[in-house]
Amino acid sequence: MTIASLTRATLIKDLRLEWRSKDALNSMLFFALLVVVIFSFSFDPTAEESRQIAGGLIWVAFLFAAVVALNQTWARELRNQVLDAYRVSPAPANALFLAKAFGNFIFVTVLEALMTPLFIVFYNLRALGPVYQLPIVAVLGTWALVVNGTFFAALSIRTRSRETMLPLLLFPIAIPALLAMVEATGAILTGELSAKFWIVLLAAYNVVFTIASLILFESVLHAE
Amino acid sequence: MKRAFPILAVLTAALLSFALYEALVVAPTDQLQGDVYRIIYYHVPSAWTMFIFFLVNFVASVVYLIRRNLKADAVAVAAAEVGIVFCTVVLVTGPLWARPVWGIWWTWDVRLTSTLVLWLIYVSYLILRRFSSGGQMPVLAAALAVFGALDMPLVYFSIWFFRTQHPQPVVGGGGSTDPRMLHIWLINWAAFLCFGLLVFWSRYRLEVLRREVEEIQAMESLREA
Repeated sequence: MTIASLTRATLIKDLRLEWRSKDALNSMLFFALLVVVIFSFSFDPTAEESRQIAGGLIWVAFLFAAVVALNQTWARELRNQVLDAYRVSPAPANALFLAKAFGNFIFVTVLEALMTPLFIVFYNLRALGPVYQLPIVAVLGTWALVVNGTFFAALSIRTRSRETMLPLLLFPIAIPALLAMVEATGAILTGELSAKFWIVLLAAYNVVFTIASLILFESVLHAE
Repeated sequence: MKRAFPILAVLTAALLSFALYEALVVAPTDQLQGDVYRIIYYHVPSAWTMFIFFLVNFVASVVYLIRRNLKADAVAVAAAEVGIVFCTVVLVTGPLWARPVWGIWWTWDVRLTSTLVLWLIYVSYLILRRFSSGGQMPVLAAALAVFGALDMPLVYFSIWFFRTQHPQPVVGGGGSTDPRMLHIWLINWAAFLCFGLLVFWSRYRLEVLRREVEEIQAMESLREA
């Protein structure tokens, strides 16, 4: 079996399991809605200000929703000793990592797709800059969070306080990506500056950390 | 090797005293800032020392990932801990100096923010080490150290661009350095390096001994069972 076919098989399995139970999806959706509402109460700006700070608000909300999604990444595998089975099988570890990362990417993108209209409504947002760049920023930014998040989730399942460890590890490393996402979104919404540098930075960040995760995941899976 | 330790300790004590004397007494008073600036003799050499120890941690982590040599892991943790101490010194002495001189405690410019992020990454490294168990901890920690090292250039670069787009409110630094100041910086740096090396060496030996004790205890409990 190739990595591609393994990745696809694992991904389809995860999506099917999730679709049947809808545990994680429902809780994440409601959490995302709550985050949007609470942020809207806490930061209630006028139309001009809202464009400048919306980038930060949206991505912080997405970050928290993503952490909720990422925390349950490996939970099912742990409960059913799947990781042990994977370790003794000759399957390449990267296939498992990619499948998990893509699965998380789909979850978080669904969350974002549902939260964004709410933000637009609550903040009366309208982009003054090139709107076509927003999906590019969303895709690159989400992948940046998800690829590191999936890797650190794998690190943190082997620690004592699992749910707390993931944000502790993810947030410092994600700072340049977060800065880029927030600044790019702000630049596109206000139309004042160009988001191109930030998009390139996000792409570079994604390349560096995807490669690093793929190289190191095998060691992490086989640790101990 | 073990005899070098007390010699290093004496040398460190001598250098630290000499450096203190140089920084507080010999150094000329700054024209503009007065005596407040003398904290720079602690701030700058601490920063240089911090970078060296974090670099040691990165190299040791990579060596561990390739060779799985536990001594490399001991080097990594010792270097990280000493590095964090010096990083904390940098982050505390900086605002202490900045408040009287610049009028502000903190600003989100490139160097300050990058140093803060570096501190955060290494604190998360130590937390990961503390919370993970036994045999897998060195691998996880080494992986995180590599990620942290890969992240730092991106951090620096992103904040640099952020700051050129949004220039900082205070124009800090600049001006030429009196050559006498450089001389004192170097003396302080030597002193801090020796001190850092002393603590690092102790911590390294502690870590190696701790592992040996754990192994012995594990073997004993196996024999009893």
